Amino acid sequence: MMMTSFGADAVWLLVRSVRWTLLLTGIALVMGGLLGAVMALLRLSTNRWLRQGAAGYIGLIQSIPVLMILFQSYYGLPLAGFDLPPLLAAGVSLSIYASAYFAEIWRGAVEAVPHQQWEASASLALTRAHQYRYVILPQALRQALPPTVGFLVQLVKNTSIVSVVGLAELARTAQLVNNATIQPFKVFGLVALIYFLICFPLSRLSRVLERRLHAGRAR
Amino acid sequence: MPFQFQFGAVLNRWPFILEGVGLTIGLSLGAILLGTLLALLLTAARQLGPRPVRWLVEAYVEVLRNTPLLVQLFFIFFGLSELKPFGVSLRLSATPAALLAMTLNLAAYCVEIIRAGVDSIHKSQYEAGLSLALSRWQVLRHVVIVPSVAKVWPALSSQFVLIMLASSITSFISTQELSGVTAIIEQDTYRSYESYIVATVLYAVLALLLKGLLAGIGRAAFPRVSGLARIQARGEAA
Repeated sequence: MMMTSFGADAVWLLVRSVRWTLLLTGIALVMGGLLGAVMALLRLSTNRWLRQGAAGYIGLIQSIPVLMILFQSYYGLPLAGFDLPPLLAAGVSLSIYASAYFAEIWRGAVEAVPHQQWEASASLALTRAHQYRYVILPQALRQALPPTVGFLVQLVKNTSIVSVVGLAELARTAQLVNNATIQPFKVFGLVALIYFLICFPLSRLSRVLERRLHAGRAR
Repeated sequence: MPFQFQFGAVLNRWPFILEGVGLTIGLSLGAILLGTLLALLLTAARQLGPRPVRWLVEAYVEVLRNTPLLVQLFFIFFGLSELKPFGVSLRLSATPAALLAMTLNLAAYCVEIIRAGVDSIHKSQYEAGLSLALSRWQVLRHVVIVPSVAKVWPALSSQFVLIMLASSITSFISTQELSGVTAIIEQDTYRSYESYIVATVLYAVLALLLKGLLAGIGRAAFPRVSGLARIQARGEAA
């Protein structure tokens, strides 16, 4: 990277690196979402062991820093025989991190559905799968959407942590550009602005959805 | 050859690891105390101040909540050192920069959380307090501040635990807290995986202890309301 002043090509480099930030967010959203959904269902299971196992997983992941999850995947997965490129190791770590929070958000949303809904659908002889599919989940989804979008903001911001394994996403590229230009005030100011432009609309959307959810209720 | 775990080389450095744990605890408790104080001041400024002050507090909260802590840390550590207003250098060394970034970040989240508590206090309660001949400060303290903090204590506690976990990020500017010393031990011993397993376990223990401590503080500081708050928290989670 040959540049000495903080000019248009530096800005362009930073803007282009956003695609890795978004890709990581996307991977963690899909994989973390799937794992989180499984964990939420286990957490709500009628089997005590499954319930406690899921609770243990969620509690553990929520008690360790994302950075530690990252190092565990980065050094641990190769030892276990999975030789993953940095992008996947980072994606796996963020997915594991996200799964614990998604699981808690979605468990809360399902539990917010009044218990009578379970009883009424059970009295119609629906199986548990059908209860979820036709009665519970459609109602839980409305509850779940605002906090899920809100958590996406945390996810976007935490992709910056994986810069430590050398993946040239936005935060890592910022460090590289700063090393080349030595204008940290401008570089990190601009990078903060770019993150803000991604995160602020999501925060707003989450708040709008939240307000719409409670629009029917008298306050 | 299968991988052999060798914790000996890592655990031999326990005094150094303990130093790291100490700094993690120091940074976290410092940020929690200063951040909560700043949040209360900002909340007061927003509730009572003129409109431009309110806008400034809103802007502060939105900017800090919608940018990564890591970038805030870099901005404070590297960015401010570039500035020299009136010839005075704003350069901070790593540990104060880390404490400043964590405090400012936590305060923004706490303002949002405390706002929910303050909003839950109806105007009539404030008026009732005044009608009982309490002074403005007494009303503020007994009717507004303490009950609203008590109501949102569970949410505040989670946020405190999150900032403790996030203190690991400050190792990016080479503060020697738990993650920082782990990185050094990793380089010295070449036992990367073992080093990070030890650090991970210590973080989990710290999180557990902090949760216990915060729950205890909640029970001791808000004895009358904490039972109610616990029931409400359970109701919200349910």
